[in-house]
Amino acid sequence: MNKELTREERADALGGMGCKRKRVEDARFTQGKGNYVDDIKLPGMLHGDFVRSPYAHARIVSINAEAALALDGVIAVLTAEDLAPLGLHWMPTLAGDKQMVLADGKVLFQGQEVAFVVAKDRYIAADAVELVEVEYEELPVLTDPHAALESDVVLREDLMGEGGSIPDGAHGPRKHPNHIFTWEVGEKDATEQVMGEADVVAEEMVYYHRTHPCPLETCGCVASMDKVNGKLTLHGTFQAPHAIRTVVSLISGIEEHNIRVISPDIGGGFGNKVGAYPGYVCSVVASIVTGVPVKWVEDRMENLMTTAFARDYWMRGKISATKEGKITGLWCHTTADHGGFDACADPTKFPAGFMNICTGSYDIPTAYLAVDGVYTNKAPGGVSYRCSFRVTEAAYFIERMIEVLAIELNMDAAELRRINFIKKEQFPYQSALGWEYDSGDYHTAWDKALKAVDYEGLRAEQAQRVEDFKAGKTRKLMGIGLTHFTEIVGAGPVKNCDILGLGMFDSCEIRIHPTGSAIARLGTISQGQGHATTFAQILATEIGLPADSITIEEGDTDTAPYGLGTYGSRSTPVAGAATAMAGRKIRAKAQMIAAYLLEVHDDDVEFDVDRFVVKGAPEKFKTMKEIAFAAYNQAIPGIEPGLEAVSYYDPPNMTYPFGAYVCVMDIDVDTGVTDIRRFYALDDCGTRINPMIIEGQVHGGLTEALAVALGQEIAYDEMGNVKTGTLMDFFLPTAWEVPNYETDHTVTPSPHHPIGAKGVGESPHVGGVPCFSNAVNDAFRAFGLRHTHMPHDHWRIWKTANELGLHG
Amino acid sequence: MIPAAFEYYRPKDLEGALSVLEEHGDDARVLAGGHSLIPMMKLRMAEVPHLIDLQDVDGLSGISIEGNTIRIGAMTTQHDIINDVQLASAAPIMREASLQIADPQVRYMGTVGGNVANGDPGNDMPGLMQCLDATFTLVGPEGEREVAARDFYEAAYMTDREDDEILTAVSFEAPSGGYAYEKQKRKIGDYATAAAAVLLTKEGGTCTAASIAMTNLSDTPVHSDAAGAALVGTSLDDAAVKAAVDAMLGDIDPTQDNRGPIEFKRHAAAVILRRAIENAWARA
Amino acid sequence: MSNKKHITLTVNGEEQEFLAEPRELLIHTLRERLRKTGPHIGCETSHCGACTVTMNGKSVKSCTVFVAQADGAEITTIEGLGNPDSLHVLQEAFKEHHGLQCGFCTPGMITRASKLLEENPNPTEEEVRFGMAGNLCRCTGYQNIVKSILAAAAEMNSAKEAAQ
Repeated sequence: MNKELTREERADALGGMGCKRKRVEDARFTQGKGNYVDDIKLPGMLHGDFVRSPYAHARIVSINAEAALALDGVIAVLTAEDLAPLGLHWMPTLAGDKQMVLADGKVLFQGQEVAFVVAKDRYIAADAVELVEVEYEELPVLTDPHAALESDVVLREDLMGEGGSIPDGAHGPRKHPNHIFTWEVGEKDATEQVMGEADVVAEEMVYYHRTHPCPLETCGCVASMDKVNGKLTLHGTFQAPHAIRTVVSLISGIEEHNIRVISPDIGGGFGNKVGAYPGYVCSVVASIVTGVPVKWVEDRMENLMTTAFARDYWMRGKISATKEGKITGLWCHTTADHGGFDACADPTKFPAGFMNICTGSYDIPTAYLAVDGVYTNKAPGGVSYRCSFRVTEAAYFIERMIEVLAIELNMDAAELRRINFIKKEQFPYQSALGWEYDSGDYHTAWDKALKAVDYEGLRAEQAQRVEDFKAGKTRKLMGIGLTHFTEIVGAGPVKNCDILGLGMFDSCEIRIHPTGSAIARLGTISQGQGHATTFAQILATEIGLPADSITIEEGDTDTAPYGLGTYGSRSTPVAGAATAMAGRKIRAKAQMIAAYLLEVHDDDVEFDVDRFVVKGAPEKFKTMKEIAFAAYNQAIPGIEPGLEAVSYYDPPNMTYPFGAYVCVMDIDVDTGVTDIRRFYALDDCGTRINPMIIEGQVHGGLTEALAVALGQEIAYDEMGNVKTGTLMDFFLPTAWEVPNYETDHTVTPSPHHPIGAKGVGESPHVGGVPCFSNAVNDAFRAFGLRHTHMPHDHWRIWKTANELGLHG
Repeated sequence: MIPAAFEYYRPKDLEGALSVLEEHGDDARVLAGGHSLIPMMKLRMAEVPHLIDLQDVDGLSGISIEGNTIRIGAMTTQHDIINDVQLASAAPIMREASLQIADPQVRYMGTVGGNVANGDPGNDMPGLMQCLDATFTLVGPEGEREVAARDFYEAAYMTDREDDEILTAVSFEAPSGGYAYEKQKRKIGDYATAAAAVLLTKEGGTCTAASIAMTNLSDTPVHSDAAGAALVGTSLDDAAVKAAVDAMLGDIDPTQDNRGPIEFKRHAAAVILRRAIENAWARA
Repeated sequence: MSNKKHITLTVNGEEQEFLAEPRELLIHTLRERLRKTGPHIGCETSHCGACTVTMNGKSVKSCTVFVAQADGAEITTIEGLGNPDSLHVLQEAFKEHHGLQCGFCTPGMITRASKLLEENPNPTEEEVRFGMAGNLCRCTGYQNIVKSILAAAAEMNSAKEAAQ
């Protein structure tokens, strides 16, 4: 017999939590053997393609598909008229609104779906799209939400009542035909009173421009109706496959057990793949009509123009403080541009998501937030692009307001943050806008970050640079971007979080095989986060079997337990918790089996890494592997055979990851070109499951933040034309434009999460955007700048410098 | 993004290519690297019923340096230019500019001929060719003719090339003195916000010759004679450089796009030209 | 369509013959006709590089090549770079250094990197970043991709030295 392993060696052998386990996904991806939606090719499969509106607002006068239908290989051209008898020409949105599947009399944004061509291959379909003749009558276009609330042009006649009255919407009264909702949180009167009495009030309009998640893989699906068995199989790029199954069932009338939704490998999501899109509905209808599989995959322009924009929030803020810098109140009014339909992906009770996390990391006693949603002639969406629901907007708002307040107070922005942080002993902390922050240690993180970058040294260097600039010795300014963000992720408790009435719990089901390996299935779906690697690590630690012996499976609704999917950093906080809880159920049963085998009482054995040992007699033990086999072959009186468990985890609270970031940037005042000299990111995501994967998530999130802050936007002209429809103009940085990042961490576990983990995938984006933006703004602070809007691309930076008189 | 169908031709010689052009007129287009034309066809913004692929046509690629004369075949790629040691020595500005075009994959396919012939004001080679005072060789049914790069461009996508002609080569005298190709862009793969090609010679501290051309700042490349003239005979003092920049600003006519408004582009053009002049002077 | 052309390609060492419309894009030929689904379609305008393959010794974006242009060409896709029993050094390095997340850009990234290292076996970090700038990744921020490629270069160089 080999030498007995030490406890540490046995733990290492498991590959459990905390180790840098290599990813099990990578073997197939590096060999080109991933299986993405567009890789799926079923016998007889047809291809769908959309005729889209070139206009942002127009009536449809007529649609003539004759020439298209005459083309060899064209099977069908669907219009709203064809879908209406099925009641499928409109579909419900996740936000309680409804959206046209195909243009029903009018179009509300450029690129809107007008007709769906079904053909034998994608070449014929594309040719047929060109042949469908649509006559439009142009209508006045509204692209500015403020103007839309003043306009006589009614975008959504379908929502008007008798005699021009305006019926309530899904979120209460509407005050104008183009108004969607008003959402208020906090104390309006008290906040205004605090503002009136404060020593200092800083006010600013902070615009977070419209952008897009733009995963490298676009959205798509393959719908396959098996008419013999009455079963619909829908493969698609779904971040929430189970919810999609329910939605498809509700709108199609097909019973849910006859629908199988499969999310195969997903080429990035970042929020783009949460919603339900007309392409999915049309593909399903087309497959039902034709009886053969129908594939629809959008191209990049369609992706950028029509599926799921993010942000577009006009946030007017006021922040008040004592002259010493203690914040007394925060006021925010947001005008939210939702486009032609309200298709935001938010929990039902939160029409502006968790925007009420906008008090950030600070102890702000009094606050008020109001959000007005508005219809415009832009694409619908409003998804959370690599963040929990509207959390990036909130973090950007407060981190800009802090900087503006620092200017107003003539204080150092790092110090202003420090004196206003919620203190460690204040957790759990009740925020003025209604959240209970679970845990945090902001001062420790902040001090560690500032020390790591030699903050004082940087400020001294910056001051010298300003002097040199004024003396004509340099044309480059230096910006120091600071951010301390607090996220709210892991939606969420069923008591306040649901989507379409589906509670936002998540799930894990585990089966231990007789030989001591296992399969676990979850309600989430990885899009690059490495769930197959990390969830196995959680289980390895919880059940004492090697991670390498545990298969993780997600995304097939026929096999996986119901869950709400992966977005809003909810996988680890919710499904990760379900995994741990299911593991503990396994362990509880294993304990009984072990005690039986060891002929002692259940309470006389205890779990020890990969085994149960008799208390006080560690030489007497049964390994989990042995217990697994026993579960299948030894009848234990009173206990069912087998070793399986399922957990549906309804989290008691959200989790609140936080972080301290510093960006050092050099800015060429003449060209507007920015150069990121240094970026330091300290993240506290609670318990760390796999440091390698955490670091990868941070690198990626920061890079998406860099893109958004420095150039990435969905821009429209006054006619509602999208100006940034290809990757020439929609900024995705290359390896050349991206710096190396320094990562760091502190660990403040979540007290309510079974393993203390908080989630990390979105932190770097939430914290990164304000950090990059603050660096740009900070570079010009010495010259009188208070705030300039993103994206900070070359010409906008040049304009800022120009307006400050820095071009002589 | 799927292109419309077309007839495809892959002639072995120039005569074969020319005969298709002659037959189909402006319904036919020649294809070199394709990285401008194919995206336009995929977006269905360019309709090309007859596509003539030049890859097999003899004698269209290659770089020859004879004495002081450099001749680059139209099908020579940017990748070839970057990796040609003799060219890098004889005309280093070619390599410097080529490295700033698009990205590695595109440079394997992108050709000199395609870049100069299609008349896209965003392309870098046309301005560079004007700076070098290059000559383009065009072959058509009437035979061969030569056109100065500085006379070739008429408007965006409009050039002196007739529909039935093929641009077969560019040639220029190896430049002496200092050189610089400066380009401001938003990212790798982008066209220029502003780009400047500068060649100048220095004798005893005085500039004896200067050639300046700007890219993507008008609907054609802009060779600014006045800007060059402002430098000649000076020691490139501040006043001379300012005069050159001012002269250039008088010649460009940028339009607003996603890279910024006109005022910004004019500002960027001035900054980029100033830097290119300084850089070229330091190398002269 | 009636104007189909006879096309011959050598893909990963295997000769393939078929009739295709000239306008068929090489990426579709590879993915749909020949079922080499490693190269992906990301942007369709030659910006993202997810469709990168090696054609006649060049890294090319196969979304911007007509199959007719490729007639007679030798093509290598990610499927031709290694196999489950013997991964390419780059494939190992990407696994080892967490050079991928969703995996969608990875085949194009590795295929491009293989050509880059062939042409420049000992690149600096800057040369890797410049040489990989035709391939977009949305997940990794490139840091670990660059690390993977540099590590692969070192590994290939030390293997070469050992062989000498």
